Amino acid sequence: MPYLDHNATTPVRPEVIEAMLPYFSEKSGNPASVHGAGRAARDGIDRSRRTLGEILGVHNSQIIFTSGGTESNNLALFGLAAKSGFKGRLVISGIEHPSVDSVATALEKHGMRITRVKPDSHGVIDAGKIMAAVDAETVAVSVMQANNETGVIQPVEEIAHACQNRRCVFHSDAVQVFGKKSLDFYRDCGGLLSLSAHKLGGPKGVGALVLDKSLALEPLLFGGGQERGRRSGTENLTGIVGFGVAAKLAVDGLALEQSRLSALRDSLADQVKQAIPQTVVFGENANKLANTLAMGWAGLDGETLVMNLDLAGYSVSSGSACSSGRTEPSRILKAMGVDTALGRSMIRVSLGLDSDALMVQQFAAQLIRTVRQLTSMSRIMG
Amino acid sequence: MAYNDKVLDHYENPRNVGAMEKGDDDVGTGMVGAPACGDVMKLQIRVDDEGVISDAKFKTYGCGSAIASSSLVTEWVKGKTIDEALAIKNKEIADELALPPVKIHCSVLAEDAIKAAVTDYRSKQDAKGE
Amino acid sequence: MDLPIYMDYQSTTPMDPRVFEVMKPWFVEKYGNPASSSHAFGWEADVAVEKGRKQVATLINANPKEIVFTSGATESDNLAIAGAARYYKEKGNHIITVVTEHKAVLDTCRHLEGEDFYITYLPVQPNGLLDLKVLEAAMTDQTILVSVMGGNNEIGVVQPLAEIGKLCRARKILFHCDAAQSVGKIPMDVNAMNIDLLSISGHKLYGPKGVGALYVRRRPRVRLRAIMHGGGHERGMRSGTLPVPLIVGFGEACEICANEMEAESARLLSLRERMRTRIFDKLEHIQVNGDLEQRLPGNLNISFAYVEGESMMMAIKDVAVSSGSACTSASLEPSYVLRALGLEDELAHSSIRFGLGRHTTEEEVDWVADKVIEAVTKLRDLSPLWEMVQEGIDLSTIKWAEH
Repeated sequence: MPYLDHNATTPVRPEVIEAMLPYFSEKSGNPASVHGAGRAARDGIDRSRRTLGEILGVHNSQIIFTSGGTESNNLALFGLAAKSGFKGRLVISGIEHPSVDSVATALEKHGMRITRVKPDSHGVIDAGKIMAAVDAETVAVSVMQANNETGVIQPVEEIAHACQNRRCVFHSDAVQVFGKKSLDFYRDCGGLLSLSAHKLGGPKGVGALVLDKSLALEPLLFGGGQERGRRSGTENLTGIVGFGVAAKLAVDGLALEQSRLSALRDSLADQVKQAIPQTVVFGENANKLANTLAMGWAGLDGETLVMNLDLAGYSVSSGSACSSGRTEPSRILKAMGVDTALGRSMIRVSLGLDSDALMVQQFAAQLIRTVRQLTSMSRIMG
Repeated sequence: MAYNDKVLDHYENPRNVGAMEKGDDDVGTGMVGAPACGDVMKLQIRVDDEGVISDAKFKTYGCGSAIASSSLVTEWVKGKTIDEALAIKNKEIADELALPPVKIHCSVLAEDAIKAAVTDYRSKQDAKGE
Repeated sequence: MDLPIYMDYQSTTPMDPRVFEVMKPWFVEKYGNPASSSHAFGWEADVAVEKGRKQVATLINANPKEIVFTSGATESDNLAIAGAARYYKEKGNHIITVVTEHKAVLDTCRHLEGEDFYITYLPVQPNGLLDLKVLEAAMTDQTILVSVMGGNNEIGVVQPLAEIGKLCRARKILFHCDAAQSVGKIPMDVNAMNIDLLSISGHKLYGPKGVGALYVRRRPRVRLRAIMHGGGHERGMRSGTLPVPLIVGFGEACEICANEMEAESARLLSLRERMRTRIFDKLEHIQVNGDLEQRLPGNLNISFAYVEGESMMMAIKDVAVSSGSACTSASLEPSYVLRALGLEDELAHSSIRFGLGRHTTEEEVDWVADKVIEAVTKLRDLSPLWEMVQEGIDLSTIKWAEH
């Protein structure tokens, strides 16, 4: 069954499973133990840490393994805020993932001031607007590397540079970008960078927070003092091992894979637009992740659309996976100023390793059929 | 913790383990360390009429490095004069056994054990001379 | 028999091969995100998560709706204690726990002291058990939470949970139990024991690492302030994409434990007693730490007097054991749990935790017991302290030159 929802999660790559296997059995010690079984486990974790360090251009000690992107975002923002006594301001973009946005809301209850900067109509956050919101009391800026719904890439290099000049911490959620676009810690962030494994062919339940050496965070979880006291709890050994291997695989084949996916994605957009001229591609003129395409057809219901596509055998999403239980238009599109009738019709197609020309072509045909069908129905109903 | 081969060898086949009669005039006994610190070393030397250490025995409560340090010292002091034995420095012991920084105190303790044994021997000789 | 022999089951357990079998398809073929409500990949993942939830709930006699999945017992402990404390702050600011609790409980409590909570750390009796009268006396009208573990990770003692639960319920105080060591090993029943919050770990019961659960009572309803915010998963108590394969494995591991617990715990108990008597028949000046009756069947913690701990570990290097909690074994500090029983530092240092589990055999137990006897005998022959004891010298009268 064709899966076109790789921004929600990805299958674990077979090579990754292969690498994880021994850590489920003969190397399954507790990494904190000093005996042989524990050391074998520790070696697996160290290897992954080195791999991530090399990919991102940081020292091993700058990587904290977590249970995933949500924990990384929570640890980054809560950890910084707690260190500053929940005083000051946090500047975030208006298109952040809920695991940043709702942390900001929680921090507001603790007494912090939050500024949310809206994107332009293409879904791009203006670096100048972000920096204009930064004042003397600003503790941190948080802007994602690219948006999970529209795939629009944000001007993070510019923000990273500006934050450095203003001596303000830059946190960036790179969950959707890692493995899909080249990522360099000091070029694209420099402060705190959140990562997740299951979006790039790794297992669920593991992620990382990368941080600059100068930063100290208040931990989110207390206990055994793992991860240099920054994240207690027995490490998700197999997850961490799988994360390292998956990241390496994704990054090694990155340029080739991304040009392949962007060609597929563009051909999908072209076919649909040609057949249905009123098709709107969100963030059309912006720089986007190669695999992501968010589209809408004013007047249709996105949820109905994805349900119909599912019945036809295609898995796509009507918005961020975390909020797709609701039918209101996406928060991201609202922030972009998209009107409600168009916003509610959005679907997100996100391609991945197993997407090929035939699948995309067949999907395009199905999508065109479904949109036409629903459009004529809504005309009759309307 | 991974141990160096020399430490392992001394630990598995400790040299000169045992005890001598404490009361003998030609025996010097040195006991250093404390149980609460994790190491106690007892080193005994027998000194012949020429002032040469003819025999040495040890017993050690402690980690592998402590056992190896004391075992090594019994080998080294045998055949040496008292002054030569006193010249053995902890660094030589640590270097020989390739002790990691956290185990350097074991070599210090071994050096102290030699000094304590010699002091005990000399005090017996002084008492005899009076 | 293969060497090394693994006897560190309280640190972590090898995953049961049956568990991995059921996990496998959820990595590669059925990889949906359970939050993806718009397509079949998401739905089947959601169904799998709910099955896992039911399997976990059944093992502790809870309702599946009372199970919140987490990344492990450390997170569960943090969420239970900090989450409840912060939610019920208006009601009171006093929390009671015990000095022998796991670091995840103690360090969370320490952290809460900085948020103006007042924490009582109760002592234990020399057998490691909590005195209920001491607990009762510590309760005040400000007490909102009591946190007492099910089975101790170092000495295996099992606290009188049902009695503690009764005391708490009568005073409307929440009862949290860190049951990472006891769930799946001994019968745990959140209703019979009046437990309101209970932490479980996947990798301590032959399931995967990186997953755990927190039981949160619904009747009477217990509420928590979340630690991790985001997509609102797990009824808002714990955001973050659910690790489907880990949850599937965790659920299966729980079901296996439920089915096999009775026979397995009897088997482990007999193996442990076999090992204990074999060692005690041959060695003197040794002691078991923690109560022998109120104890996890797979735990044996012995102190060997006049033998130094590290050299002991070296002598039995073909046996993977711990000389303290796995979480702190990298440090040179003696175990705080053993100190809480009143053990001197030397004795604490010379203590070994033997953790027996599903793959432990009679042959292994005999081999390890003999190896221990041989090691202790050899090291005592090497020990000046043992020599003095044999000569009838009381070591406590010696003035040691401490360095």
